[in-house]
Amino acid sequence: MLDYINAITLLANYIIVPSLAYGSQLALGALGITMVYAVLRFSNFAHGEIMSFGTMISIFIVWLFQSIGISINPLPTALLALPLSITATIILLLILDKTVFRYYQKQRVQPVTFMIVSVGVMFFLAGFIRFLIGTSKKNFDDGERFIVKASQFKQMTGLAEGLSIRTTQAITVIVTILLVIFIFWFLNKTRTGKSMRAFSDNEDLALLSGINPERVIIITWILVGVLASVAGTLYGLDKGYKPFVYLQLVLPIFAAAIVGGVGNPIGAVAGGYIIAFSEAFITFAYKRFLTYLLPKEWAPDGLVQILSTEYKFAISFVLLVIVLLVRPTGLFRGKTL
Amino acid sequence: MNLWNQNSNKKVFLLFAIMSGALLIVGFFQSWNLMLAILNLCLISAVMSLGVNLQWGYAGLFNAGIMGFAALGGLAAMLVTKAPVIGAWYAGGFGILLGMFILVVSAILAYFVWVRLEGRGKKRYWYVIFIVVIGYIISRFVLGPAIISIESFEPSSSGYLGGAGLPVLLSWFVGGLLAALVAFFIGRITLGLRSDYLAIATLGISEIVIFIFKNEDWLTRGVKNVTGIPRPVPYEIELQSSIWFQNLSEYIGIGVIQASSLFVKLCYTSLFLSVLLILLWLCEKALNSPWGRMMRAIRDNETAASAMGKNVTSRHLQIFVIGSAIVGIAGAMLVTLDGQFNPTIYHPLRFTFLIWVMVIVGGSGNNFGAILGGFIVWFFWIEAEIIGNALVQILTLPLSDSSSLKEHFLNTAPQLRLLIMGLVLLLFLRFAPRGLIPEKTLSKLSKSPN
Repeated sequence: MLDYINAITLLANYIIVPSLAYGSQLALGALGITMVYAVLRFSNFAHGEIMSFGTMISIFIVWLFQSIGISINPLPTALLALPLSITATIILLLILDKTVFRYYQKQRVQPVTFMIVSVGVMFFLAGFIRFLIGTSKKNFDDGERFIVKASQFKQMTGLAEGLSIRTTQAITVIVTILLVIFIFWFLNKTRTGKSMRAFSDNEDLALLSGINPERVIIITWILVGVLASVAGTLYGLDKGYKPFVYLQLVLPIFAAAIVGGVGNPIGAVAGGYIIAFSEAFITFAYKRFLTYLLPKEWAPDGLVQILSTEYKFAISFVLLVIVLLVRPTGLFRGKTL
Repeated sequence: MNLWNQNSNKKVFLLFAIMSGALLIVGFFQSWNLMLAILNLCLISAVMSLGVNLQWGYAGLFNAGIMGFAALGGLAAMLVTKAPVIGAWYAGGFGILLGMFILVVSAILAYFVWVRLEGRGKKRYWYVIFIVVIGYIISRFVLGPAIISIESFEPSSSGYLGGAGLPVLLSWFVGGLLAALVAFFIGRITLGLRSDYLAIATLGISEIVIFIFKNEDWLTRGVKNVTGIPRPVPYEIELQSSIWFQNLSEYIGIGVIQASSLFVKLCYTSLFLSVLLILLWLCEKALNSPWGRMMRAIRDNETAASAMGKNVTSRHLQIFVIGSAIVGIAGAMLVTLDGQFNPTIYHPLRFTFLIWVMVIVGGSGNNFGAILGGFIVWFFWIEAEIIGNALVQILTLPLSDSSSLKEHFLNTAPQLRLLIMGLVLLLFLRFAPRGLIPEKTLSKLSKSPN
């Protein structure tokens, strides 16, 4: 019996807790990409850099607060900085909308052209961010590090396996749940949210029934700004902020959005967790897990790993390609457009 | 009509003359060595953007996997030229071959099952997944020990299988062929997708390719790099010790060391230039042939073209393979120039999206435009460092020299090149979406002698 509990704790420590946190970050990112796709109808390659921008602003504000001694110990100061970084990201997006995206929106250009435009924005933002903050890794997770430490857990329960939960992981999951509930409430219950969905379903019909497209687009960018800066800051808190990583992060996020079904918010959230959990399950070395469950003489010699840990990122791309080929509309039936 | 809107030969000539002038300025004011170094990479970039222009300009395919094909070309350059590591082959060569054989057999089996079970619903997926998973697990059992024994064979100097030990120029063809082969399979899988899904899928696949190169040490030595790839041109040391070269440099009147390095770079320049000119000639021939017209017809209206009996999917596959092969050749040339294969240099910004900027700035659908774009964008990519530095110096004038903020911005100034490229791309898309040398319109084409 004890062996079973140990095995489950092992899984919880190495797969469930980290994947819940990573999956939440991906889910928020994918929700942002999916909303741009649903309303503005293009795949936004710049989304990773927008997340990076929000994170950078959070870091600047955290530094400022730290220098004047504001903190909310035991929670990280970044939580306090979030409202400001969200505002900054929204302002950035509205400026981008005015100066770049609006022109193409009015021209009703093809999605490919729009995508190349977003590549231009990605270049611009990448340069801007790296110029301002540099390329080195920044850690800004102050406050209490752990909610439960592995050693504490072992002492408390007397198990052989430890379970550690970091503060940032818990915060990530809680903030994600709150934000996702808010977004779904907004989309389903408010008038503005309903008009956004109508606009996404059928642009012409929505225009005909008197929905103001400018307003819908601005609201979309505001929501995307909230989602992107929260997702970026949470990811940076959890894993440390490196500007290069955010470019790589776009692909798992796209994978999450597409696996769930592009343009479908529920799909985006589910896709985030699907990607995160499959990355963890496929690269986990099951040796110790099996040693607990199997009789002694059956204990495996090797690591019993399906793919080595280096391929973690690659798994999301493989899933992405498979879903694109087998079911391009995604698991939750997104738009085909 | 002003010169800008005209697409005359005069304008093309003028733009290339300005580009040469810019290079000469670098030669006179910075150094000739730097100028040739920039020029060589300009030529490689031009070859790459020629390949991308085939796919995007002729056929409207958004291939965001350029990085992967360039890396495949680079791998070919390494595998063709390096001497085989006999010990490693004895240690695990058989295991690798057997493992690969098992993988290929299971892939073929899966393909046949896939074709046979057409229209049988969900069952099809499960059978194929079952075959692939079983094949993978069996091959792991064979490959695992083989890889360990290869990688533990003299790990500090080799630890991989090595290559074929053949001349390096051959590797440029092989690079093209390898990229074409991989492009064929990728194209078969992904070309049915919508344009933006195609971009995301190819971007993902190219990342997978780089991941494999970084982690399969038995094949590529991974992040340990393979250095000392032989050159198609003489080495500086040899030149410096040969009598005729000493006489030559004395005759020109520059030091023998500088002369040797210039000479080597010039050799590369002439090799790259001849590849570029051959490819340009072929591309121009293709563009002005019935095949080129068919491609543009498909790009402009797929439905109409397929109604006329053109096989859209197979034409797309064809041009995807050809364009990727050209990128593969450029990738092999790049590794030859560097003399080493290092999978960590491949970043999507530098190897995928920068090439896209080249094609769009130069003028998609026009080969001369793509080449000009390759030159200009690479030139500014290098010189942006100087521009960025100057910009920072001006902007931080009010700050004192010792201020840490100024120091920080001077350190991060090279990153401004990304910002400048983004700005250039956005400005071109907005105000000159057809690029510097736009595609020739049909009326122009019919007037030309071709």
